[in-house]
Amino acid sequence: MGARNIVLLVTAAVLLAAVAWLLPWTRTFLVIAMSKGLAALGIVILLRAGQVSFGHAMFFAVSAYAAGFASRMLGGTDIAVMLAVGIAAAAVLSLVVGLFVVRYRQIFFGMLNLAFSMVLYSILEKFFEITGGSDGLRLSRPSMFGLVLQRNDFDLMLVFLSIALALGATLAVQVYFASSYGQALRAIKSNETRLEYIGVSARLVLLIGYVVSAVTGAIGGVLLAALQGLASPSFSYWIQSGEFVFIAILGGSAFPAGAFVGALVYEGVRIYAAAFANDIWELVLGLVIIGIILFAPRGLVGLAVETFASPRKREAVPDGSVPMTNAAPAKGSAEQ
Amino acid sequence: MTMPLLQVKDLSIRFGGIIAAEDVNLSVNPGENLAIIGPNGAGKTTFLNICTGYLSPVSGTVHFMGRDITRLAPRNITRLGIARAFQIPQLFLEQTVNENMLLAITARHTSLSTIRPLGTSAFRDEAADILSLLKVADFAARPAQELPEGTRKLVDIAIALALQPRLLLMDEPTSGVASSEKFAVMDVLVAALATRGVSSVFVEHDMEMVTRYANRVAVWNGGRVQKSGPPQDILDDPEVRRTVIGH
Repeated sequence: MGARNIVLLVTAAVLLAAVAWLLPWTRTFLVIAMSKGLAALGIVILLRAGQVSFGHAMFFAVSAYAAGFASRMLGGTDIAVMLAVGIAAAAVLSLVVGLFVVRYRQIFFGMLNLAFSMVLYSILEKFFEITGGSDGLRLSRPSMFGLVLQRNDFDLMLVFLSIALALGATLAVQVYFASSYGQALRAIKSNETRLEYIGVSARLVLLIGYVVSAVTGAIGGVLLAALQGLASPSFSYWIQSGEFVFIAILGGSAFPAGAFVGALVYEGVRIYAAAFANDIWELVLGLVIIGIILFAPRGLVGLAVETFASPRKREAVPDGSVPMTNAAPAKGSAEQ
Repeated sequence: MTMPLLQVKDLSIRFGGIIAAEDVNLSVNPGENLAIIGPNGAGKTTFLNICTGYLSPVSGTVHFMGRDITRLAPRNITRLGIARAFQIPQLFLEQTVNENMLLAITARHTSLSTIRPLGTSAFRDEAADILSLLKVADFAARPAQELPEGTRKLVDIAIALALQPRLLLMDEPTSGVASSEKFAVMDVLVAALATRGVSSVFVEHDMEMVTRYANRVAVWNGGRVQKSGPPQDILDDPEVRRTVIGH
């Protein structure tokens, strides 16, 4: 990970924070985009291994509910506690579910995840006494690292926190991708047999990736629950999982930052399309994704990298895969 | 008498009506380069698959350095010191040759991490040495999927060597390598195996390669070891000439 890369990411984060500071009406939008971006980052991690989960929203939901229960039991709590509890709950759930799903690949991996997420959805909806059923679980507004804030200040601080966590998660995932376990995760996509024959358990490698991906999703879930003051079963619904996959592909599944670019564009299109084309906004999004798949399969970030990369660089990666660890960052690749 | 490095006893496996191995007894001694020859479909690759844990035999045992490895997983057998090079090279296609090598070296040291970047400078030097040994150092920075077929074979062997095995199993090591290069590559490879004290088993169809590089030849036919002995004796045997070599 080059210094340029870090500088660009930090600059982007500061710009987003400035927007939130200056334009209060963007705050809710930005928190939602960062939360969903964090969940889509989990999909980016799994796609690194060539796998896709259609049930990743289960970690989004379980962390939101865990944070909600913590808040309820403690009679109100701090965002730091909510994050810690949410992450822990998702880590434990992903470890348990992961032990089953990492035995499968491709569509079986995707559908098994979907099944687990829908089981969670049913539990959340049916156990009304505990979970609040389809009404969801109400959360009182948490304190922000010890500070008890009014609505406006809370929203601003929550945006800053969301952006900081998104930045931190992006950098952490880049470090992970460059590490030996990250490289082994990538190796699952091309040759699991060889991985076994160098003495590495592909299932362990995927399980680690799965838990990491659940944790990023968990952060998103807690942030969204804190924003809305509500954790609802829809957090775990399959359409929510599909949205995360959509966002990852839209932004560029080869790039951690793609998850956030995708989320910003997705939420943006959704808001405007809903406002100006209420009946057909889903159609608009559908056309956008068809366009991306046909004309820019590496997503928006991939498109930016191709546009700004030097010709020599483009020639070096004719298949369109950008090496993320061993080459000097090309112009624009710092967008990663 | 020294203990054999690899010892296979009464090994049997069949696929439907096809007998790939039936009561096979075979051992590989330290320092040996054993060639396995035989007609297509005789069960040679199946034998390698069993020795590396990819398949389990119906009956019989495989011992490596005195330890029963019959039903261990490939990764556990690899960690004990048996490496494998494949007939169809098995590489991490999206990654560079160097990354392929570094993953193997890191795995050998069981020092995989979620934080530390892949490859220390010592690992990089080691990778470079092995790649130079097999004359593929020029390809180090190239993604594996861009390599010509012959080079893929050599990188596949390089990965196996990077694991510093006691025993290297190779399935037609030079098929796909340009014929002008074959002997040069095998000269270097066999010398490297000798220097590093690595024994080998290789499946081969090219009798010239067998004569030149094997200390011992086992003839695999119809799921049995038809004969085993020094290369010249085996290749001169009229029955072997008729059934395997075809002239």
